[in-house]
Formats: sequence, structure tokens, C-alpha cells
Amino acid sequence: MRELLVERSLPRFAAARAVSALAGSGSAIGVGPLRLAERDPLPLPGDGWVRLRPLLSGICGSDLATVDGASSRYFEPIVSFPFVLGHEVVGVLDGDESGERYVLEPVLGCAARGIDPPCDACASGRKGACERIAFGQLEPGLQTGFCTQTGGGWSDGLLAHRSQLHRVPGELSDEGAVLVEPTACAVHAALAGGVAPGERAVVLGAGTLGLTTLAALRHHTLPASLLVVAKHPVQRELASELGADLVVKPEELERAVRRLTGSLALPRSGAPERLTGGVDVVFDCVGSSSSIAASLAVVRPGGRIVLVGMPGAVRLDLAPLWQREVSLTGAYAYGSEQTADGPRSTFDLSFELVASAGLDRLVSARYPLERYEEAVRHAAHAGRRGAVKVVFDLRRPARAAWRTRDQDDAARRDDATEAAPSPDGSTRAPRGPDGAAAVPRRSARGRTRNTTTEPVEAHE
Amino acid sequence: MSPRPGFVLEVDRSTPATLFWHGEGFRLERLPVGSRVLYPPEPLAALPDPDAAIRHALENPLGDSEPLSSLLFPGMRLTIAFDDVSLPLPPMRPPDARQRVIEAVLDAAASAGVDDVVLIAALALHRRMTDDELRHALGSRVFDAFAPHGLLLQHDAEDPSGIVHLGVTDQGEDVELSRRAAESDLLVYVNINLVAMDGGHKSVATGLASYKSIRHHHNVRTMQHSRSFMDRHRSELHSSNWRMGRVIRDAGVKVFQIETTLNLDTFPSQFRFLQRREWEWTLRDRAGFQATRAALDRTPPAIARQIFSSIRSPHALSSVQAGEVEAVHDQTLANVHRQQLVEVSGQTDVLTMGLPYIGPYNVNSIMNPILVACLGLGYFFNLYRGRPLVREGGVCIISHPTPWAFHPVHHPSYLDFFEQVLSETTDPLEIEAKYEESFATDPWYVHLYRTSNAYHGVHPFYMWYWCAHALQHLGQVIIVGGDRSAVRRLGFKPATTLADALEMAEDVVGRDPSVTHVHVPPLFLADVT
Repeated sequence: MRELLVERSLPRFAAARAVSALAGSGSAIGVGPLRLAERDPLPLPGDGWVRLRPLLSGICGSDLATVDGASSRYFEPIVSFPFVLGHEVVGVLDGDESGERYVLEPVLGCAARGIDPPCDACASGRKGACERIAFGQLEPGLQTGFCTQTGGGWSDGLLAHRSQLHRVPGELSDEGAVLVEPTACAVHAALAGGVAPGERAVVLGAGTLGLTTLAALRHHTLPASLLVVAKHPVQRELASELGADLVVKPEELERAVRRLTGSLALPRSGAPERLTGGVDVVFDCVGSSSSIAASLAVVRPGGRIVLVGMPGAVRLDLAPLWQREVSLTGAYAYGSEQTADGPRSTFDLSFELVASAGLDRLVSARYPLERYEEAVRHAAHAGRRGAVKVVFDLRRPARAAWRTRDQDDAARRDDATEAAPSPDGSTRAPRGPDGAAAVPRRSARGRTRNTTTEPVEAHE
Repeated sequence: MSPRPGFVLEVDRSTPATLFWHGEGFRLERLPVGSRVLYPPEPLAALPDPDAAIRHALENPLGDSEPLSSLLFPGMRLTIAFDDVSLPLPPMRPPDARQRVIEAVLDAAASAGVDDVVLIAALALHRRMTDDELRHALGSRVFDAFAPHGLLLQHDAEDPSGIVHLGVTDQGEDVELSRRAAESDLLVYVNINLVAMDGGHKSVATGLASYKSIRHHHNVRTMQHSRSFMDRHRSELHSSNWRMGRVIRDAGVKVFQIETTLNLDTFPSQFRFLQRREWEWTLRDRAGFQATRAALDRTPPAIARQIFSSIRSPHALSSVQAGEVEAVHDQTLANVHRQQLVEVSGQTDVLTMGLPYIGPYNVNSIMNPILVACLGLGYFFNLYRGRPLVREGGVCIISHPTPWAFHPVHHPSYLDFFEQVLSETTDPLEIEAKYEESFATDPWYVHLYRTSNAYHGVHPFYMWYWCAHALQHLGQVIIVGGDRSAVRRLGFKPATTLADALEMAEDVVGRDPSVTHVHVPPLFLADVT
């Protein structure tokens, strides 16, 4: 079985950290702890465990941090080596002829660990807050993809506990399904922010997490205005399509918030003016020192900052947090959410949002496993290269990178007549006039169009 | 020998390259054979004794006004308002025309025993002047006599206790004015009429008014119905100001208007090649041009800006008239026309222009992209009487570096306008409806306008409205040598060279278009038949 394995190697982690710090994320792929390996299938840890064959598996910011050697050492006791990365997974059960597809809910909580009675968090549905993530029948691992016994999505196969699996509705594409896990994080964050009707919110960052958080806010809350900070043109375009009221570049943020809120400002020598007011809530979907500082700069006194992007060790001036009585809170993973209809599974809400907002459009590049170095580099520079979500495409049979115009037309006809995916679970993105893969884009208001991206269907 | 009038040159094969202003620099461009180049008239002779001319004007007023000395009496409240830093361009060598006139008025007031005298810079919604700028405009003697005692004020259109509502015009326009000016026994207004747009009732009705008042004529509809705003009798901007001026008069505000005109002696001798026609350049002119261009090529933009900002124009007074506003202004306009009118026969398909480093709103500052648009499409496009120089659907080609740069103190709302508003739409009507009020009432802009040196929050809107007539009239606007992102943000097309721009223009106006270049500054007013 082929896997992208991360082994405990301090020299390799150190080399990755040094190289990525110097040359940027994704540049350490050749010297870091990640390697393509062939191993025998893992044994099932116990009852309720099944083998899942991934169809698509996403590359997440936390995966990149691991590959870059940049993850916080906080995680050391809650992961176990070697592990296979990949926790954004849609797949099929090994040996299941029905072709039924499942999305993995990767948190390894009490149920997966065979712990009964479960901890208070799991008992109340807050799986992300499980207090037993290093105990029970499994080695430590906060999620699939960071536990040595489960494998991960960047492989031909992994192990999943039945409590982790969510059946994919037939009409949802693989691309949509692979977005369900990150979207669940976004839904959880959006609801954790407690945006009241009429409040103003900023979403800082417009990668996958930022855009899905934007979609979740638009779907589940009624803010007076939603301002999104997006660095790259494709992100700005998608943010507008997904319902942002205003999309600005990072360097425009303070001025835009000042304008939006009618705030005054205080002069600072050698720096932009400091706002006296600000927005009610900031969703920091980046998690860096600078993004948290920017969040503090634009949140109002008494406002809230929700850390959605995974932070590491940061250096920060907390004086504004103290003086302005700002609340800083994290939003990790998912579980159960309080809604007007009572408690609901975050994943159920996520499935609905992915479908209604057309979030499958965020999948912009697919790579076969063996081209993992290119895939990681692409994911590390997704925005700059006009992409959002980069995934590994593990569907069989492998699809050709090129097809004739006749084949193209035939596929387009098939797409038009078949709402459901093909028997192997695969879907095919329509192609632009130059033969490049095209991502169908829909606006939050239902507009549909095709935008050609770089040729990414890279199976060989 | 009388100065030569303006001139229309038809380019032939022997015509030397034409000088185009290009911000803080110049370009020499070969215009297609058959193109027209419009040159300004030569400067009129300066008044031989300007101080005597001023005293004469004060005591021999026009219209139904009494001489100034008859209007002054002990115990009265006298307010002297004057044009701000936006005039003249470039700032003139001392003594400034305002200094000469105000010293004469103050002498008369002192002779009459008037003690309660206040000076007010008529800013309208412009930025506050710095002490250095005030000292330059008024002279040290006036500045030192008034500023330390708090008697040298700058109009504050946002001071709720400093503004008074005088009435409403027959068109429903609110007329609000500086309380000090309105409640004075006499308001003396000291003006510099650089172009035909300046002066008249606009001096007081705009310069000392509030946003609530100014919005009635600084809007898209007015600008689109001013053909052009340099032609007072075909300018809705002026019609509105004239209505307001009469409300001010009827409310009992006594205005004694003093208007001055300047000749076109615009640049000092080291830049005299800028005032000469290229084929008449002497060896010294050529050497001056080459040396200047070579130096500028090696100078960082910020330093070049400082060098140009230090230019003091040798402008000389060509006339001064005082008295009742409308009678004075009629005479002023005649004097402006005497200096600046150039007869031009027929319109053109393509109008070209090079924009200089300075416009009314970037004195000692940066000409940001919005001001580039305003100077080109607002001011230079509108330098006509009769018909626009370029035909409807024609193309305007502008040469300017158009940097994506903004003065952080002077133009804070401009940057937000550029980043947030123009990224959404460039349609003046949509911009006015959707965004104007929020910018105009933004408390931060109001604060900066009142206490710092910032233009009012609404000012970038007015700059864009100034372009509204041209935007409605033209088929395309092309900027040569500009920052491409900034040019596109303005909604215009960028071009690397004039040749490229002319090629692009052909897509709009057809093959072998007629081309006319306006060789400004020095400024002139095209009388297009």
C-alpha cells in the first residue's frame, strides 16, 4: 500500500523548519520528514473499524505546517509516529461493491478509542474537545492523519471507525465531499463567533478556511457587513461570489474597517493609525503573529477574535487585548452545534452548506500520490497560483490528463445527463476551450460560470 | 510691442518634436503630420505699479459699490477673506497678489480707525493651509500681525457654531455661510483669477460655505450641465453660485469683491523653454531642457517633487478691479479672456495633453491618480468656450506617470475612495448615490479636515464629478506612461508610448484621426468655433 509517511526524525524536522523558514512553505519537501512508502496494510485496532479507500484527500494548512516542520511542539504528546497525513477524506469502504461514499470525521474521540463511558466533552457531542485523545485502544493522535494506527488520507487506504463515517449524498460530487471536513471547521468557527444580527465581522484570510468561514457566516448568521481580507485575485473573486460585502487586500484592512465602522484613529509614528473602534468580530483564518496583530488592530473594544487558522508559537503585543477587553478564543474542529432547531451535528450542517453554497468550486487542483512534491508546493502557494484547495486524487482507474475534443464533448453530455457520479465515484470537471480543467463557479446568489484554471488533472 | 496671441500650429515634416509635460518630467513627442498644436498667448505686460493700481481700484469701485474708504468706519466688524493655497499655480514669487491687496485694505481700515479685523482663508472643503503657506500668501507683516492674536482664521465648514443659514435660493438650494463673514459689517473678498472658472459669487458662496450648501452645485448633474465650467454663462456650477450670491446679498451681507488677474508668465527663467514654442527654442533653451531632463532622469520621484514644489512663478498682476461682485467679475473675465483666449476652428478626434506636476489640490503634495484624472478631464478638458476641443465620442490621451501614491496627511479620503469606491464602480452617478454621504459625514475625515491638513472627506468625489462631463463626452481615455494598475483602476487604458496610444485611439475613432495637442501650461482658454 502506498502512503505518504511522516517519520519521527529530528534532523529532518529541523532541516524542514530551517529550509521553509528561509525559502517559504513547501520548499522543504525534499529534505523534510515526508516520504512516499510502500507498507503492508495496518491491522484493524478493534471492533467497529473498517478499511477506507480514499477517492480524494485534501491538503490542509496543518498538513503543510507538519511538512514544513513548523507545527507547534504543543502537539508532540498528542500525535504518534510514524503517521500518514491526510484528514480531509472522501472514500469508499474496501470491498463494498455498492460504491457508497463516506466522508471521514477525523477526530479520534472516545468512541473510536473504545472508551466507555466517554469523557464529558464526547458525551455532550463536542468531539473536538475530547479529553482522551492520547488514551484508550489507540496510540496518541488528535485526529486521523496524526495517529500511527489509523493511517491517513494521503494513501491508498486507511482505517476508520464507523463512528467517524458520514455517508455522502448521491448528488454531491467527490469535490464537494472532500470539502465537508474543512467546511465543518468553518461552520463551528462561524457559530462560535456568536455574530448577532447587525454586527460587523471581518474574515481575515481567504484560503479554504477563510472562504468556507465566509460561506458559513453568510449561511448561519445575519451580519450587517462581512469584510474579507484576501491577498490574491482568485481569492478576492471567490470571496465576492460567496457573499462578502467588501473584499480588501491585507494592506487596506485598517482603512477599510475604519471606513466601515466610522471609527476615529490615533496617530502612531511610523505605523498606520490605530483605530479607536472596530468591528464586532474578527475570524482569523490565518493564525500567524501578524494576522492576530491585525485582528487586534481592527476589533472594537469588547469585541471578539476567533482563531480559526491553526496558530503556532506567536510573538504578540497583548496590550490592546488587555486595554480594550477583547476576547480571544479558538475554534477547533467540530462536533455538535446549537441551532434554532436544537443541537445538530456540525458535519450535517457542513454537508448542507457545501451543497447550497457550491463549495466544490474551491477544489482547483488534483494530483496523483506519486507527484506529492508538486502537490505540496502547489498547495503551499495555492493563492499565488490561482488555486484554493489542492487534493490528492486517488480514484481508480486513473483518468487521462488529456482527452480529445470528441471525448470532451461526450463527457460534457454525460455530465449534463447524469446528476450522480460515475460508478467509480469519480466526477470530471468540465474543460475550458484550451483543454484545461475548468472549475464551475457559482455565486452565492446562484450565478454559474466556468473559469479556466491551470491544467491540474495530473494523473500519469 | 504687444505680446503675440495664442497660436495654432499644424504639424508638418519639419516641425520639431513637441514638449509634453509628464508629471515631474517631460517627454518630447513626434505628433503625426497634420496634427494641430495649440500654444498659449505670450504674457501680457505686467501692471507697471501694481500697488497704485490696487489703491486706484479700491477707491474707484465698479458697479453700485461705494469706494472702500467710504465703507470703513470705527467700531465696525471687518472680515477679509482670501483665496487659499490652490491659487495661483505654481505659487507666485513674493509678494503674492493677496499680500499686496490685503496690505492695501488693511492700510485703508487702519486709516479709518477700524479695529475689529479678522482674516479668513476661504478654504471651502480644501485642506487647511500651513503657517508657511499662509505666510507666503499674506507676507510676514500681515501674518505676524494677525496670526499670533488668533485673528487669522481658516474657514471651517464643519464648525456647527461657526456656520449660519442665510436662506434658500429659488431652486431650493440651502445657503450657509461663515458666521463671522455673515455677521460682519463688511466682507472684503480678495481673489486671484487664474482661470475663468474662478471668482465672482463663487468666491464667497463656495469658499465660505458649508458642505450642505456646496453639495447643491458640486454634484454630477451640475458638472454634466456645465459646458464648460470655464464659461460662466454656460455653467450650471456658476448659475447655482450666482443664485446663492444673490441670497447672500439679499440677506444683508455686504461684500466688497477685489479680483486680480495674472499674466501667463508662469515659469522662472531656468524653465523658460516651457513657455516657448519648440521651433523657437534658442541654444540656451535646448541646453536648459536637456540639462533639466537629464537631471530629472537621475532624480528619485520624491526629490523631483520637492524640486518642482520649490518653483515660484514670476506671475505678474495684469489687472485688479474692485467693488460690486458681478460688475467686478464681468471686468475680470474680460481681462482673463484678453490674456488667455485662443481661437480654434473645429473639433478634433483625438485630444492629447501632458499633465504637469501641479494642480489646484496637490500644492506641496502628491498628485495622486484621482487628481490626475481631475486635472486632465476636469480642468484641461474644460478649458474651452463654445464646444469641447474633442468631438463627442473622441479620445483623450493624457501623459502622466500617474503613480499609485497618496499624501497621507492631505488626502486620506482619496486613498479610501480610490481603493474602495473606484474598485467597485467608476460611474459618477452611482458613486454619488451610493457613497458620497458616508464619506462626507465620516467623523474621522471631519476631524482631520478640521484639525489637521486634510481635504474634506467628500473632496475626492468632487474631483471625480469634475470629470463627469468629459467621461460622458469621450469615447475613451488613454494615459501614456502611467502606473498601469492605477490607470486601470481609474477605468482608463494604459499605453506605453504616444504611438501606442494613437494606435489604440484608432479603434475608437477610426483610421487617420485628426489630432490636437494642448500645449499647457501656461494655461489658455480655447474658443472653439
